[in-house]
Amino acid sequence: MDMTFSAEDERFRQEVRGWLAEAMPEPLKEKASNGAHYTPDDVREWHRILHSKGWAAPNWPERHGGPGWDVTKRFIFGEEVARAQAPTLSPFGIGMVGPLLIQFGSDEQKQRFLPKILSGEELWCQGYSEPNAGSDLASLQLRADRDGDEYVLNGQKTWTSAAQYADWIFLLARTDSSGKKQEGITFLLADMKNTEGIEVKPFLNIDGTPAFADTYFTDARVPQSNRVGPEGGGWSMAKALLGHERTGIGGVSEAARWIARIKRIARDTPVGTATLADDPAFRRRIARLQIRHRALSMVNYRTLAAAQLGHAPGPESSILKIVGTELGQELTELAMDALGHSAQSWFDAPAGVVPEYQRWISSRFNYLRASTVYGGSNEIQKNIISKHILGLPGA
Amino acid sequence: MNFELSKEQQMIVGSVAGFVKDESNVERFRDMREDERGWDPEVWRTMGEYGWLGIAFPEQYGGIDGSFLDMALILEQFGRGLVPEPYIASVVLAGSLVLELGSDDQKNGLLAPMLAGEASLALAYAERQSRYRLEDCLTTASVEGDGYRISGEKVWVLNGHAADSILVVARTSGEQLDRDGLTLFVVPSDAEGLERTAVRGMDGQRSAMLSLNGVAAGPEQVLGPVGGALPALEWALDRAAAAACAEAQGALKELLDRTVDYLKNREQFGVKIGSFQALQHRAAEMFAEVELCKGTMILAALSADLEDPAERAAEISAAKVQLTDGGWFVLEHALQLHGGIALTDEQDLGLFFKRVRVLQGLFGDADHHVDRFQALPGFAA
Repeated sequence: MDMTFSAEDERFRQEVRGWLAEAMPEPLKEKASNGAHYTPDDVREWHRILHSKGWAAPNWPERHGGPGWDVTKRFIFGEEVARAQAPTLSPFGIGMVGPLLIQFGSDEQKQRFLPKILSGEELWCQGYSEPNAGSDLASLQLRADRDGDEYVLNGQKTWTSAAQYADWIFLLARTDSSGKKQEGITFLLADMKNTEGIEVKPFLNIDGTPAFADTYFTDARVPQSNRVGPEGGGWSMAKALLGHERTGIGGVSEAARWIARIKRIARDTPVGTATLADDPAFRRRIARLQIRHRALSMVNYRTLAAAQLGHAPGPESSILKIVGTELGQELTELAMDALGHSAQSWFDAPAGVVPEYQRWISSRFNYLRASTVYGGSNEIQKNIISKHILGLPGA
Repeated sequence: MNFELSKEQQMIVGSVAGFVKDESNVERFRDMREDERGWDPEVWRTMGEYGWLGIAFPEQYGGIDGSFLDMALILEQFGRGLVPEPYIASVVLAGSLVLELGSDDQKNGLLAPMLAGEASLALAYAERQSRYRLEDCLTTASVEGDGYRISGEKVWVLNGHAADSILVVARTSGEQLDRDGLTLFVVPSDAEGLERTAVRGMDGQRSAMLSLNGVAAGPEQVLGPVGGALPALEWALDRAAAAACAEAQGALKELLDRTVDYLKNREQFGVKIGSFQALQHRAAEMFAEVELCKGTMILAALSADLEDPAERAAEISAAKVQLTDGGWFVLEHALQLHGGIALTDEQDLGLFFKRVRVLQGLFGDADHHVDRFQALPGFAA
């Protein structure tokens, strides 16, 4: 066992750091120092730049366009991206459906979809939850009826993050209602832009943005060739994919950004003749969360090291999801406390009310309340640990 | 970076685990708890023969030349069986200091027999007023002839009741809180003017309260630089803190495993209580905390060999805080999920509970380590 970085690793770190400093366009750099709040167009642009370097998909195997990094290099890359406050790519393509297709997709599907996921040319969203299928995801009702070599989709998905920007959606649909509810579920890919009968209605979230959407399907036709895996075999794929999702949501590098942000607020916040950064009580609060982050980083690293490239991590990734999202929330709560009076500010405040990098903090504080719910609520994660790791009996 | 244990490490873990299972289980701990010494010199000698005491020490003193992590892996296994021998007190605290500061004569005379399991040592640093502050020292050593006379009181000297020699921290110059002026002395346990009161702790482990009334020490009993012991002391205490995390890790895993086992077997309302979601979730949270503790424990063990004191302090303080904050969750819920049975002395659970609680507080509690962490250079940047 060895936690030191080799000379080669350190060279790699310098290479990544140098490249990030060079490759980030000025407007993005300015946003990086102003709170790293990016628009979907910013993220698209950054995706293209990363792709041109071959670094868009650190978690993909080399034969599909990944950079072929070992877990240490991926870890270093994540740290450096967080340090540079660069945009985070949409997780649905690179982090979720891409690895799923690598693992379960047909050769045709890999050829058709992977290159454009990698390049960012096609953005994806996730059609899992429905109004009556939240934690009980397997009770989903969106129907996919066979008609010739097509499926006809009818029903509704909800909480489809970024559906309004997505070109494609991967979704779970019911192809059979006769047996066990898990067995009639099929995994499909649908073209959001060129399929008649798909309608996206974004709705305002408590963060003040249309972060999620309802997505309606009315006689929407999807070719059978867009089915991943066998008909009725969607549930096991959905679970594998959740392993990827959980690891991403854990947000270890996102937490590092928040720690840096909180320290910046503390330095910038006058308290009497000193600053909040001089207040030992506040520093201790930061220290405790920073220590928690250190502990989580180790679990993250061990989980990633144990999972093969392109494969989903095992049930232990549930720890990452639970602890990572709770830590993320605590960090935003601490950031709000650091802001003092300014914690009541909102992102539409006139310029100068708060420093620009603080503009979106109260919105993110609200947004991240969702993190303990999405990706399988933390209670569901505890069910997974208790059943699949601890072997406790079912209810 | 790499997370795999080496073949050698796997073998060590396997043999120590076997020893704990077959020869040093909780039953032996219970016997030793009633023993006057509290640990068994025969077992200590066996540990010396197996090379476990000298694992992280140079070969020339009978060691194996391994790493601190190797030692931590041994302690983790000891934690699973509440092995009562004074490993942290003698090997980690005193042994580290003799290795770091000792003359050749001192290393040959003190270290070699201890690592062979033929003697044991202790370190007397804490005083009634000092809490976790090492420089807070009222015990004095005043010059007399070419030697010293040591006077003062030391508290909670781990293994102080049984050690053949005790390393005593005394002030040779300066005021109560000065960082300079601390000197280590090797004091034989039968020294004139040394009074020892043996104490059995909550966890069944033994300490001594020391009263030093003009104990004479010749120049050959000075360990390391006169007036300059503090950096080495801080280093040794850091290593002890990392060792405490390692031993506690084994005990936490034992608490978790025993709790999960209990949930699978205990029936109420006609079903196994492990089928209740409220309890399942508690167990899942315990599992997460044990994993988090494991991560920081490994980082602490790896950093214990580091030269840079700030880097070392960061990792070790982080591990101690995680052990205390996260580990407490495991402790309290291991008892709660067992219900009333956990509260009897007959059930083993409370023994692990008490040992971990003591380890949490030894060598700095969470408040102390959070405070140290936030004061490290670069923290606010």
